[in-house]
Amino acid sequence: MTLVYPVQSLAAHPPRLSPAYKSTVKRSPSKPLIPMRHTLSELTGPVYGHETVRANDHDLTVQGKGEPLGERIIVHGHVLDEDGRGVPNALVELWQANSCGRYVHVVDQHPAPLDPNFTGAGRTQSDAQGYYRFVTIKPGAYPWGNHHNAWRPAHIHFSVFGHSFVSRLVTQMYFPGDPLFPFDPIFNSVTDEKARNRMISSFDLENTKPDWALCYRFNIVLRGRNATPMEKK
Amino acid sequence: MQQTKPDGLTPSQTVGPYFAYGLTSNGKYDWNDAFSNNLVTADTSGERIRIEGQVFDGDGAVVPDCMLEIWQADAQGRFSDPQDKRALPNSTFKGFGRIGTDAKGGYAFDTIKPGQVADPDGKPQAPHIVLAVFARGMLLHNYSRIYFDGEAANASDPVLALVPADRRATLIATRQPGGNAVYRFDIHLQGDKETVFFDV
Repeated sequence: MTLVYPVQSLAAHPPRLSPAYKSTVKRSPSKPLIPMRHTLSELTGPVYGHETVRANDHDLTVQGKGEPLGERIIVHGHVLDEDGRGVPNALVELWQANSCGRYVHVVDQHPAPLDPNFTGAGRTQSDAQGYYRFVTIKPGAYPWGNHHNAWRPAHIHFSVFGHSFVSRLVTQMYFPGDPLFPFDPIFNSVTDEKARNRMISSFDLENTKPDWALCYRFNIVLRGRNATPMEKK
Repeated sequence: MQQTKPDGLTPSQTVGPYFAYGLTSNGKYDWNDAFSNNLVTADTSGERIRIEGQVFDGDGAVVPDCMLEIWQADAQGRFSDPQDKRALPNSTFKGFGRIGTDAKGGYAFDTIKPGQVADPDGKPQAPHIVLAVFARGMLLHNYSRIYFDGEAANASDPVLALVPADRRATLIATRQPGGNAVYRFDIHLQGDKETVFFDV
């Protein structure tokens, strides 16, 4: 059996050592990774979101006693493999800062207000076509300690499970036209411009809800399976 | 909806330091946890084990903002996955665990010793658990494996055989003295004691 999930697809990912993002310097491997063939351990993976995802887990605006502050948005799209096939039943988890750029996390010391009605965490499961949808609040930019006057562009963290442990992806969704893009070493760790642009959502006027929320589309592309079927024992 | 073929994958990005309330059970926020570090369910058969350790960076400093995920077969070597046709339909053992490290970079998983899983040629691999390491400062998670000391099958494991002999110990959890089956598995992200990470 040859590799079922092509290794060349991984070229889209940033190098683990990206010195402009300072924390990578002591946390990236110093020795070469060891290539190995995929076994059943790599080709299987956990998919059981339907047992844990509740009906309102995808709507971050209804988790508190009142409405969170900020710009209400819909974020939706498809989880796809690299051949464009929808990935059904994929667990999609997200977390983000509030509209002021503050996370509900003890370590976050950004002097911006917390929102009592916004935790910034959500999850959902893609449908049979790989479609997912969240309702949330547009996150604010926030400062961080990487370098002088460092600010993260507004972003939403996404964690996605495909159908194998090697299609696991954690990424960040960005918003179109953000003026902070040229200055962010995490965004720019992805050196290929086309690949970098795949992390930017598109403004989706067609699916914007009049008088209620703007909409952004973000398709998430996971590693895809080759046509080569798995060998049967 | 008709989809056209995308240009390529969505690139990976770091989980950052604030993943706790979104992903892990030790975030101390009001949120129903999807996953935890206890994989054992009422109907799980097999030897109960605990795997514990710490995560260190290239300076040997502990990594308190690290997230670990494990994925493993049951005691009979079967995965809770539709692709594994041998899986027992009535088993509630899922084989997946997740935890964030504590202030000392520490973590623990309560699980069962996995059975043997065949490699693509049908040869049995030694019992192992697969591991994904995420953290602030890691743009792409690292993939590794946890093996167990005292296993005769380690000597013929096809994946361990790919690893230079002097680095194999970084993949082998060591049984701790005492009655309970506790294995120590430290993870070094970089440096002389660097854990072996695989290109998968």
